[in-house]
Amino acid sequence: MTTIAASPPVISNRLADWASRNGPVFAIFATIFALWEAAVRALGVPDYILPSPSVIAAKIVASWQLLLVNAFVTLEEILLGFALSVIVAIPLAIAVVYSRIFERAAFPFMVSLQTIPKVALAPILVMWLGYGIMPKVMVAFLISFFPIVINSVIGMRSAEKEMIYLVQSMGANELTTFLKIRLPKALPSIFGGLKVGMGQAVVGATVGEFIAAEHGLGYLQLISQVRLDTPLLFAAVVVLSLLGVLLFNVIAVIERVALPWTRVATELVE
Amino acid sequence: MDAPIGQSAPKSRAGVPIEIASATKRYVSARGEVQALAEIDLSIAAGEFVSVVGPSGCGKSTLLMLISGLIAPTTGTITVAGAPVKRAVGNVAIVFQRDVLLDWRTVLANVLLPVEIKKLDPATHRAKARELLRAVGLEEFEDKYPAELSGGMRQRVAICRALVQEPGLLLMDEPFGALDALTREQMNLDLQRIWLRNRNTVLFITHSIEEAVLLSDRVVVMSSRPGRIADVVHNDLPRPRGAHTRSETRFIEHVERIRQHFLALGVLSET
Repeated sequence: MTTIAASPPVISNRLADWASRNGPVFAIFATIFALWEAAVRALGVPDYILPSPSVIAAKIVASWQLLLVNAFVTLEEILLGFALSVIVAIPLAIAVVYSRIFERAAFPFMVSLQTIPKVALAPILVMWLGYGIMPKVMVAFLISFFPIVINSVIGMRSAEKEMIYLVQSMGANELTTFLKIRLPKALPSIFGGLKVGMGQAVVGATVGEFIAAEHGLGYLQLISQVRLDTPLLFAAVVVLSLLGVLLFNVIAVIERVALPWTRVATELVE
Repeated sequence: MDAPIGQSAPKSRAGVPIEIASATKRYVSARGEVQALAEIDLSIAAGEFVSVVGPSGCGKSTLLMLISGLIAPTTGTITVAGAPVKRAVGNVAIVFQRDVLLDWRTVLANVLLPVEIKKLDPATHRAKARELLRAVGLEEFEDKYPAELSGGMRQRVAICRALVQEPGLLLMDEPFGALDALTREQMNLDLQRIWLRNRNTVLFITHSIEEAVLLSDRVVVMSSRPGRIADVVHNDLPRPRGAHTRSETRFIEHVERIRQHFLALGVLSET
C-alpha cells in the first residue's frame, strides 16, 4: 500500500530488521540500568555495597587491560574444556548408538555419574592437577560434556526406520548410512547440545578459578571481593557475561551457516 | 503437454519379473512369535503393475520388505530378475507412505541420493533428475528444502528419487496414504503416466480398493493373520485410465468383488 524508498534498501532494511528484532531486549536492559542507576544515586548506596552501572562502566574502561588479560586466561580454559568435551562426547555418542555394550553399560554409567555435582570435584582436581590451567579445563570439560553426549545420542537415534531402509535398499553400508543419514539428521540436536555445553563450560572454568587460581576472571572476582573492590567484582561479572554471550553466539552463527535448512523449517511466513 | 520422460534414452532397462515361491515370514520377538505371512506364491511379469490390498496387519508391508531384500523370508524363495534376492538387491526402488525426504538436502539433492549412494554417473543423472522433476511440475523447486513443500509435492519428490535410478522394480508402500483425496487422485494419474512411459514392474500396496483397481493389471487381495492371498483380480481395462474409468461397469465389478472379500473377512461390516 505504501511505497518504500528503494534506493539503499539492503543495508537499511537489514538494520531496521535487526533493530526491530533486538530492540525489545535492549529496551529491557536500558530500563533496568536506568532504574538501578537512579536507585543507587537516590538512596546514596555506597560503591562497596552496590556500584551504579556508570561506576561499573567507568571501572571497565579504567581496568580494561587487567580484565582483558584475565578474560583471555578464562577463555582459554573454556575453549580447551569445551573442545575436550566435543572430542570425547561425539565419538562416545557414536559408540552408544552403534554398540550394545556401550548402550547397556557405558551410557547408564555416565547417566549415574551425572548425579555427582561436578563442582564438588573441583577441589579434588586441584589436588591432583595443581594450580595451573588443567583443573579448570577439567571442570569445564566435566560439566559441558554431558549435554553434548546426550543430545548427540538423541539426534543420532532420531532417523526414522524408513529412512534407514531407504538407503539400505540403495546398497548403502553402515558408514554411508551414518554419513548420509544419521549424522546430518543429528546435527540440529548436536548443536543444541553444543550451545548448552558452551554455557556450562563458562560456568566450569569460572568455578574452577574460584577454587584455586592465579589468573582468570574468577580469580579476579575473588581478589576484588577480598579487597572490597565491588566495582571490579561487577566489572568481572559483566565481562564474563559478555564472554558467555559471545561464545554462545559463535555456535549459533556456525549452526545457522552450516544448517541452512533448519531456518527454513522453523521460520514463520508473515 | 507432458515432458518427455525417458524419450531421450530408449528404455533399455524395462521392468523385471518377480517370482515368489512358498515364501513365509515368522517374526520372533521377546513377546512371542507372529506368523506374518503364511505361504505366498505369486508371479509378477516384467513391467506388470500389481497392487496388494488387505486389512491392516495382513502382511502387505512384510511382503514388500521381503521382495526388497531388506528382510529375509523364514522359508521359501524370492527371485527378482532371475536372481534370488539378497540384502540390497540394487535394481529396486522403494517409496514409503512417509516421504522420508532428507530435510538437509535440497529437492534436487534428495532426488540424486540414490545416484550418490550407488555411485552412478552424476552428470547424466542430474539431467534425468531435472527431467523427472519437470514431469511432476516441480522444476522450479529444485533448490528448495523439503520443509518448504506441501505433502503432495514432497511425495512427488520421493517418487522422482525412486525413479532417477531407473529401477526395474518399484515398490510402493501406501505412497499416497497420507495425502488428501484430491491430491491423491492427481498422484494416481501422475503415477500412471510415468509408469506408461517407463514400464517398471510395480508392486503397489494400498488401502484403497478404487486406487488399486484404477492403477493395476492385477489386484492381489490378502487376508490377515497369517497373511495369505485370498484372491487375485485381473483387470484389463484400457489405459490411460482416469475419471471416466471409474464409471465403467467392469471397474465397478472389480471394486465390488474386492469389497465382498473385505466383507467376508470381517474387515468391512454393513451392520
